[in-house]
Amino acid sequence: MTGPRGPKPKRRFSRNNIFIYGTLIMVSMYYLLPLYVMVVTSLKGMPEIRLGNVFSPPVEITFEPWVKAWAEACTGINCDGLSRGFWNSVRILIPSVTLSIAVASINGYALSNWKFKGSEVFFNILILGAFIPYQIMLYPIVILLRELGLYGGLSGLVLVHTVFGMPILTLLFRNYFTSIPEELFKAARVDGAGFWRIYFQIMVPMALPIFVVAIILQVTGIWNDFLFGVIYTKPDLYPMTVQLNNIVNSVQGVKEYNVNMAATLLTGLVPLIIYFASGKLFVRGIAAGAVKG
Amino acid sequence: MSLVDHRPAKTGYAKGKPNRLTRNLSSKIAALPMILTALVVFVGCTIWTIVYSFTDSRLLPRENFVGIEQYERLWGSSRWITSISNLMWYGVCSLVLTLVIGFTLAALLDRKIRFENTFRSIFLFPFALSFIVTGLVWQWILNPDYGVQGVVRSWGWESFNFDPLYNPDIVIFGILIAGIWQGSGLIMCIMLAGLRGIDEDIWKATRVDGIGTLKTYLVVIIPMMRPVFVTCLVLIAAGIIKLYDLVVAQTSGGPGLSSQVPAMYVYDYMFKAQNLGQGFAASTMMLLSVVIILIPYIYLQFKGKSRG
Repeated sequence: MTGPRGPKPKRRFSRNNIFIYGTLIMVSMYYLLPLYVMVVTSLKGMPEIRLGNVFSPPVEITFEPWVKAWAEACTGINCDGLSRGFWNSVRILIPSVTLSIAVASINGYALSNWKFKGSEVFFNILILGAFIPYQIMLYPIVILLRELGLYGGLSGLVLVHTVFGMPILTLLFRNYFTSIPEELFKAARVDGAGFWRIYFQIMVPMALPIFVVAIILQVTGIWNDFLFGVIYTKPDLYPMTVQLNNIVNSVQGVKEYNVNMAATLLTGLVPLIIYFASGKLFVRGIAAGAVKG
Repeated sequence: MSLVDHRPAKTGYAKGKPNRLTRNLSSKIAALPMILTALVVFVGCTIWTIVYSFTDSRLLPRENFVGIEQYERLWGSSRWITSISNLMWYGVCSLVLTLVIGFTLAALLDRKIRFENTFRSIFLFPFALSFIVTGLVWQWILNPDYGVQGVVRSWGWESFNFDPLYNPDIVIFGILIAGIWQGSGLIMCIMLAGLRGIDEDIWKATRVDGIGTLKTYLVVIIPMMRPVFVTCLVLIAAGIIKLYDLVVAQTSGGPGLSSQVPAMYVYDYMFKAQNLGQGFAASTMMLLSVVIILIPYIYLQFKGKSRG
């Protein structure tokens, strides 16, 4: 065994590297600052906040703001805290994610393996539709939902999320199914499998990673939605983001900054956990979103 | 049997040509949600709104056509003009800053550094958060008494003034700080993917020619990454036009009406002021701006494809 020869590699702390790491660390601070501020503010009591500033670490740590934000904060006449919004969001999230992914994966499958005349045209309209500002479709959808008897309820909102999640998810699944070798599909056809059998027994098991990407994409997207929630549901059923905004930006009463920040952090917790738990898959999801068009 | 159905009949068999509609039927049924979404929602609803933007609908939509009256009123409204000018300022600054920050960060991360994943996670995590959360945090950080301004003043610089959210002249830049915090990580990620796609030999060649690192980026790498830049441009632009939640959370459009944006104008007239016609006209203008951005993009893509 002979060790490596020649001169030692460049020093790790060359001037160049110091510049690179210095810049990256400075920029990191700008990105991390709001997270830090949220955490420290939510752990302080109100007197401490009035004495100090947003950046000072808490002297006496208290979890009361968290309890208050979760169970006591008021929106209008309801004083049962953010928990109501949280459960509403969960009740919106689960059916929306399931339905939109089921529909989009079948669509993507049909578009890649079972093309029919005109399928590409519809697909292109769908993709272009992703660029149309939602605002122009808001009101006609209100009318459609009212005709269907779904306006104001959770099922209407689920339908809206399914519709607006479709472009990106269909693209995601179509691209994935197209990349699967065609011989596999043909072999199944020769063996007599039909449309649904190939989908459930061959395509779905092979596409599991892409299902995970789709779930990450949809969970964060739907959890973070504000516009659809505020328009298509009643105040009782408002999702967490809408309720959070109503709590923090209410004009009445004394501003309790610590409760506000605890509430904000609580709302951001779900996507944050998903983000840090999913790692590279999250990046893959947004990369799929980026290459659309 | 179904195998035969699927193929276009060349020789024809006993029952003759399969019906054009029922051929590949499962696939058509499966694609029905997509077809309905594309036709009813994306095309149908858009056309509906455009048509009704030429009526004098107020509380309820009605078919009393008044020509371009709604548009005249729209462009005569100072609130709409403020919205447009805010969006312009926000848009231009956000485009430039996001591209510059996104590319710089990606280039730094591409220099074969350690902890690359950690840094990338830090730059990207705001993108997972909603605009509401983003807006509320920055509203708190920019609070004039306890936030940035208060801190600098407590250091002894008593005349320091930085209260973007309470100063109508610069309020849109307060929103910009939050918007860039939320969105630049995504652009960094796309840029990084673009940089990784560039052949290592390019770097070797420029090194042989004695071209410096900075110059290589400016003269060689950036021109090579034009498609990535175009994608980012379209992504950012489409996001800018939709700007809504962030403003709602951070300023609610205030102080006064100074941080209004078009999407807010649409929402307020449609669902609060019960003046549907104005909402329809404003949203049609929003669509128009997207079309103006998209046409050159689609044209470029199409041209690229036809050239092979």
